[in-house]
Amino acid sequence: MTPQPNALELEDLVMHFGPVRAVDGVSLTIPKGRVTALVGESGSGKSTVGRCVVRLEKPTAGVVRIAGIDVTQLTRRQLRRHRSDVSIVFQDPAGSLDPRMLVGEIVAEPLRLSGKRITRRDREARVAEELGRVGLRAEVARRYPHELSGGQRQRVSIARALISEPKLLIADEPTSALDVSVQASVLNLLADLQRDIGFACLFITHDLSAVEYLADDIAVMYLGQLVEKGPRERVFTRPAHPYTQALLAAAPVADPVRQRQRQPVLLGDDLPSALDPPSGCRFRTRCPLAFDRCATEVPAQVEFAGGMAACHLVQPDGTRPDVRAADPSEVLS
Amino acid sequence: MTTVERAGTASAAVGTPVLEVHDLSVSFTTEGGTVSAVDRVSLDLASGEIVGMVGESGCGKSVTAMSIAGLLPDSARVSGSVRLEGTELVGARESVLRRVRGKEIAYIFQEPMTSLNPVLTVGRQIGEVLQVHERMSKRAARARAVELLSLVGIPSAGKRVDNYPHQLSGGMRQRVMIAMAVACGPKVLVADEPTTALDVTVQAGILQVLRDLRDRLGTTILIITHDLGVIADIADRVVVMYAGRVVERAPVTDLFAHPYHRYTAGLLAASPTPGKHAGTERLQEIPGLVPVLSTQPDACTFADRCPAADEQCLDSAPALQLVRTGSAVPVTGHLAACWHPCPSPRTQPQETTA
Repeated sequence: MTPQPNALELEDLVMHFGPVRAVDGVSLTIPKGRVTALVGESGSGKSTVGRCVVRLEKPTAGVVRIAGIDVTQLTRRQLRRHRSDVSIVFQDPAGSLDPRMLVGEIVAEPLRLSGKRITRRDREARVAEELGRVGLRAEVARRYPHELSGGQRQRVSIARALISEPKLLIADEPTSALDVSVQASVLNLLADLQRDIGFACLFITHDLSAVEYLADDIAVMYLGQLVEKGPRERVFTRPAHPYTQALLAAAPVADPVRQRQRQPVLLGDDLPSALDPPSGCRFRTRCPLAFDRCATEVPAQVEFAGGMAACHLVQPDGTRPDVRAADPSEVLS
Repeated sequence: MTTVERAGTASAAVGTPVLEVHDLSVSFTTEGGTVSAVDRVSLDLASGEIVGMVGESGCGKSVTAMSIAGLLPDSARVSGSVRLEGTELVGARESVLRRVRGKEIAYIFQEPMTSLNPVLTVGRQIGEVLQVHERMSKRAARARAVELLSLVGIPSAGKRVDNYPHQLSGGMRQRVMIAMAVACGPKVLVADEPTTALDVTVQAGILQVLRDLRDRLGTTILIITHDLGVIADIADRVVVMYAGRVVERAPVTDLFAHPYHRYTAGLLAASPTPGKHAGTERLQEIPGLVPVLSTQPDACTFADRCPAADEQCLDSAPALQLVRTGSAVPVTGHLAACWHPCPSPRTQPQETTA
């Protein structure tokens, strides 16, 4: 036992749903108090990783260690004792809040489930404090979720997630369902809370731009596997994997002058199925740089100074391919 | 699909207005009373132009789009004018509208799966449009369907034409929707959040298809989105909506270089963009909530969230007009509905080609 265990360690996490290989060998470490963004497109398995961490799914194989404790082998009863170590905020606040419960009951529920004895008065005080922390007035406790706006509801979800003082917060697309102006305030709130309280966070998103200020590290997922990992700065400025490069190039910049000068990277849009992923490198069917070896040999996870990338064209000295060098006509033909 | 050169801010093909919307208002009668969704919206689409309409949920952008070809339910009360090459569409007979829909004005929506019939092959669905509107034979319609599928960048279209929707990826389905929409060579294509349900790597391809349609066929496009990145990528001109009204209208480079309306400025500052906020810790927020409007007040609807609001803003609604700040010469075609437009350019005005 080390005195300062990592907030989260995933070792070769595998989650298969029948024949669907949703997560296929993901290893990831989040140190105490750090924020890692798990980025991927729909079907990449990123949400399943989050659901395995909070044990909404029991992983097929692999280890999930939260604050040093392997939670994959715990029984329901043992699990309950560790529930307060990790919380989750979902994408859709309307669907994840019980419409028949008052906001106060919703926020207090983790306290009730923890089994710790607490007086009603203390509980109400804790709820009021938590609502205040997420920028809501204490009166909101006596309202129902449908009386609140989307942004307010997501604040309620965050209050519920943080009331048990978790060491790790899983935020699964927490701002994707919100309007731009509301999104900004929820992202700012999460950043402020993280800085003040210091919980570690796995921020799951499809939107790289949303994590630029929030994340310390970035992990990129494609068809159930990690293709790249590294500190935020490096991933944004020097993405190594062709998929990460394509992802960054495809996200349009809200500046017409800059946007129209950028060289587009067009990938074919027939995404392979997780039922029958391509042989070798899973990205090869859409990769503009794919060559023979990519179909026959699974690329190793190449470690270099700025992180990891799983691509035959990445070298341990940090040499990386450039997806823009490929002729886009070859990709789409 | 090899076109990679990007269109400039204004296409050479831009010409006379194809579609003119003037003082369009839409309200709905619900159990809770009347809701005003769109209030005196005016805009025009020039031939071969891509106009982007941007706003947050509930701002009335989809209702505006649907009212153009009379797609709203009977509970909607529509007033004002929508003219397609001079023909009035508001209050037009159903027979007129039916001819216009699909043939002159076509739509694509956000969710391709729910808009496609799951039990018919894509070839049959595209063919049906051609058989009805163009009176083509079944055989000719199928051949044309294959052509259309390759036009929108679907590889091996000859095989894909026999696929059912569930056999296609989300991006492919949206391409099928576009193929169906442009089957009769419509003058105007209304694309309502066409890429919102798609991944960014797929979105880039769909936007490229829309650009190609304009460049190759001269299709006029109204694209509706909440995503300023999409607007920056594809639009020639932009219409910004807030709470049922147009608050700003401008050529795309002018709008981003110098938003006049405080709401536009706030929206631009709030949207996360890689690189833009590097070094800053926070995104800018717009305080408050979008109002839910039963009646449109004679006031600026953004006033209670606006840093520059004063009594004038609460007393009367500002009209959409050319903006003059100080001695600056107004930019052609840059209109804003604001009593106190943002004073100095956030950045030096870009040289505009529009």
